[in-house]
Amino acid sequence: MKAPIGWLAEHADLPTDLDPRALADALIRVGLEVERVESGAEDISGPLVVGRVLSFEDEPQKNGKTIRWCSVDVGEDEPRGIVCGAANFAAGDLVVVSLPGAVLPGGFAISARKTYGHVSDGMICSVRELAIGDDHQGILVLPADSAKPGADALDVLGLREAVLDVAVTTDRGYALSIRGLAREAAAALGVAFRDVEAALPPADGAAYGVVIDDRSGCDRFSARALTGLDPAAPTPEWMARRLRQCGMRPISLAVDVTNYVMLETGQPLHAFDRTRLRGDLHARRARAGETVRTLDDVERALDPADMVVADDTGPVAIAGVMGGASTEIGPTTTEVVLEAARWNPPSIAYTARRHRLPSEASRRFERGVDPEIAGIALQRCVDLLAEHGSASPVAGYTVVGSPPAAEPIRLGAALPAATAGVDISRPQVVAALQVVGCAVSGDDPMLVTPPTWRPDLTHPADLVEEVLRLVGYETVPSVLPPLRPGTGLTPAQQLRRAVSRAVAAAGFTEVLSYPFVAPAVHDALGLPPDDPRYDALRLVNPLSEAEPELRTSLLPGLLAAVQRNLGRGNRDLALFESGLVFLRDPDAPPPPDLTVLRRPTEDEVAQLYAAVPPQPRRTAAVLCGARRVKTWQEAERPADWSDAVDFARVVARAAGAELTVRAAERAPWHPGRCAELVLGDRAIGYAGELHPRVVAALDLPERTCAVELDLDAFPAPQPARAPRISTYPPVLLDLALVVDEAVPAAAVLHAVRDAAGPLLESVRLFDVYQDVQRLGRGRKSLAFALRFRADDRTLTVEEATAARDAAVAAAGLATGAALRS
Amino acid sequence: MPQPNFDPVEVAALQPEAIEAEVTTALKAIAAAATLDELKTARLAHAGDRSPLALANREIGALPPAARKAAGQRVGAARGEVAAALTARQTELEAERDARVLLDESVDVTLPTDRNPVGARHPLTTLQERIGDIFIAMGYSVAEGPEVEAAWLNFDALNTPGDHPSRELTDTFWVESVDSGLVMRTQTSPVQIRVMLEQQPPIYVICPGKTFRTDELDATHTPVFHQVEGLVVDEGITMAHLKGTLDHMAEQLFGPGMRTRFRPHYFPFTEPSGEMDILCFVCRGRSVGNPDEPCRTCSNEGWIEWGGCGMVNPRVLAACGIDPERYSGFAFGMGIERSLMFRSGVADMRDIVEGDVRFTAAFGMES
Repeated sequence: MKAPIGWLAEHADLPTDLDPRALADALIRVGLEVERVESGAEDISGPLVVGRVLSFEDEPQKNGKTIRWCSVDVGEDEPRGIVCGAANFAAGDLVVVSLPGAVLPGGFAISARKTYGHVSDGMICSVRELAIGDDHQGILVLPADSAKPGADALDVLGLREAVLDVAVTTDRGYALSIRGLAREAAAALGVAFRDVEAALPPADGAAYGVVIDDRSGCDRFSARALTGLDPAAPTPEWMARRLRQCGMRPISLAVDVTNYVMLETGQPLHAFDRTRLRGDLHARRARAGETVRTLDDVERALDPADMVVADDTGPVAIAGVMGGASTEIGPTTTEVVLEAARWNPPSIAYTARRHRLPSEASRRFERGVDPEIAGIALQRCVDLLAEHGSASPVAGYTVVGSPPAAEPIRLGAALPAATAGVDISRPQVVAALQVVGCAVSGDDPMLVTPPTWRPDLTHPADLVEEVLRLVGYETVPSVLPPLRPGTGLTPAQQLRRAVSRAVAAAGFTEVLSYPFVAPAVHDALGLPPDDPRYDALRLVNPLSEAEPELRTSLLPGLLAAVQRNLGRGNRDLALFESGLVFLRDPDAPPPPDLTVLRRPTEDEVAQLYAAVPPQPRRTAAVLCGARRVKTWQEAERPADWSDAVDFARVVARAAGAELTVRAAERAPWHPGRCAELVLGDRAIGYAGELHPRVVAALDLPERTCAVELDLDAFPAPQPARAPRISTYPPVLLDLALVVDEAVPAAAVLHAVRDAAGPLLESVRLFDVYQDVQRLGRGRKSLAFALRFRADDRTLTVEEATAARDAAVAAAGLATGAALRS
Repeated sequence: MPQPNFDPVEVAALQPEAIEAEVTTALKAIAAAATLDELKTARLAHAGDRSPLALANREIGALPPAARKAAGQRVGAARGEVAAALTARQTELEAERDARVLLDESVDVTLPTDRNPVGARHPLTTLQERIGDIFIAMGYSVAEGPEVEAAWLNFDALNTPGDHPSRELTDTFWVESVDSGLVMRTQTSPVQIRVMLEQQPPIYVICPGKTFRTDELDATHTPVFHQVEGLVVDEGITMAHLKGTLDHMAEQLFGPGMRTRFRPHYFPFTEPSGEMDILCFVCRGRSVGNPDEPCRTCSNEGWIEWGGCGMVNPRVLAACGIDPERYSGFAFGMGIERSLMFRSGVADMRDIVEGDVRFTAAFGMES
């Protein structure tokens, strides 16, 4: 809502020397978001004057355009010759001329310049060139006799006046009016406020026939009528100027008056051409299949939830949103019916959104309009049309419907102080409430009746806010609540932090990808048709129709991040992400239909929670390119399956757990290079190299590797048990075992470890070796470093060797391993 | 052989002049030894068994008894002097050798050593942790909840009217169907509702997490973003406590002297409600009314909008089974992305969400 300060001053006793910025700050303090203080003159310098077009000649040009070579009186001895490209003016019209030396908004400097064969000695301006509107269809034509040639156009246009631009929150419909903003300004500055007033005729229902068919959509519909309007009567310049200052375009007197009064009172109004109406006006819902052509000349299909104003022929307006073309005020209209209704706010909000048609009217109706202002607003229109359009009021005043009156609210006198934590006396409370228009009676609790324009005030807390904002939020001191002991992070939260730090320390970089995925990504990942990962939750309204599903795995998002990085030349990648995936629970009940008037029962809460789909937390990583880049010391080592498995081991170590690994086949991994990650006896994830087909389908670098595991699967870490540290010296022995190449190293390792007995302190596989000549085809040698130690004595080599031999024998039995000779 | 008792033998080698000359020669040779090998040669020549002083020493027995003592002392002193010189030179040459070896072993320590792959945590993660820690230190718990959430928890329980446009498909992602009752949470506030349903006051929680709205990604918007909300419900909680808590948070996050300002505003969840501004982190208010020091960050306002806050609407408390007559509470919320942009000067939202490793790497392990 834009508000020229002079207009506000008509309703609030603003100090004459008030700095506009100070007014803006005062409004901000009471809770109105003043986004800008504008003045149209800020960006204009140099001579900008009123001119009268004395005569012109149309001159067609080679480029197809026709220019006008004009003679313009700018109050000087001689008229000036000016070239103009517009054609929406006539000889004798008053226009705005920027003379050479002027600079218009955007740094547009005007000089006398040669164009189209003439020297143009200035420019005739459009509203867009003056930055007072968007209209560039033609130049700005001022109302006849509104100024003298040579007059300062900045004054005539009111461009020197400061205009506040206020963003109004959804609960404050009344602030979308000069009336409402002036009240706030008066309250903020502690000066007197004068409301819009008018003497009303008795409501006799005689202005025009009105029927409210749907009272849920419309609780009051008022109408007045006029006859004998001069359709050619111009809008007075002061009114056109204020409309422009408020960002509206002057159109015609009847339309301008309804807009002007809307800005003044907050009551949207609509003017019908009475001769084009057929029968009574009805406020009703649209019927299936009905359409209406709106003022913007678009034929709109109506929804049965839309409220409309209809006559016998059908809808003539989308109620509260936009009027219809068929009954529009036109250049010949002399008979006028004025509508001032009150529509149901959410109904208007839905309709405006459904038709993508936010309008000045809908913005106000969505936020709620004062039910008692309609009559005054209509009277203001009647008066203005009579004064400026020679119209005569038709006797009669139609008012249908009666909005419910506000209920008094019981307010404890101490509640504002107790809420703010600052002293606020009872008189302060009463004064603040009276300033916003409340009637206050009673002692403690007080009985507070909110004014008709404040439908948002329904509870004591609402009144507390009114008191506090007028007393001033800045009076609230800064006090920390008394300290109370906390319990810190939960074990699961600590575990997640530890994991995140550990994998980053291990060289992985975190990304946070969107959870939106394309169903086709599952095909690209080569999932079997019955894979549950296909069974994703779908969004009703995805941002992209291509990605309507919620991820069931972190890998699609990570792979997309890999591709994005590759596209930017980042080639050696180890990305990780931790986050929720979304699973469908076919047995989930629908959410119960709950009230907010009481706490839901435990059963209802349980049912509500059960309706929410399972969302386990995963952690995953993708690697490609070099895991270790080439350095002056070492050759490059490409990322491989083992890095993916190692990611899982780093995660597990950070979680205080140990994973076992076994070969598995699972999409999207390479069937021969996929590790199942097992915690206890449960598979909690997979790691390895991606299947070559997946790599090809997703256009990834060869041998891209991936890992994903369930982070929720790790139990809270328990305090570690301290080992007993023997101070006796160890015996170190190496051991090479030859096995069939299909035997997993882990099986050999386990056999060795189990059979070597308690003297074995540690065992580490340090070499894998294949050689057809020495070992035979299909055989491999695994070399282990064994470290033996006793708790209570210095171990002899013989004892250690005996233990190793036992391990060799056991490995032989378990895996067919033979000591390498 | 001469008769020692009566036939004094002239032993030239034991003449003081000769010994002195030999010492001089020896010391010169020792000093001249430039290497340990040359010193070895000098040692053999001047302190070895065949050295003049050793030979002279042998001659002592040939002297008359009366002369032996003086000659012995003379030769002993001379040998001692040479030995000391050898030791000193030896020490000197060994030190030189050691220094030379170490010098030979020197490397170019400016060579790069970064062979281990370097990772990084996303600044949104670390900033959420940091904010969590600020509140943990004040006795709060970190509360979390699901991202696909029951609409009742995301809207109704937060006092959002049933017909409020924010529920619309134009604003909120609905899951499965428009009447499924499931949405992608548009705020972390449903976590607060869960906490209030699950426990009675005192409640001190901070709720960081992902939130979702149907905004297209651009320089200042992202459909998936992060919020942190705080909720306190206890006896005697006032707006002054809210202000104190947020001022503390501002200082902890942005440095000493930072503070907040409230402006009245509207949120259904809180009443009274306020927008919360933070002192401009660039000019710290110095640009206000000061044309010499203009600030583009805050447009010379001195303050920047940071989040929303207010006293928990008593209707919300009642809907969660908490007695609004006994307890009061405050709640606040702010965007993590916005806070990150303030804190680290991120210019474009897309840098935060696109996962370019160069962006994240700049933040390292902690932001």
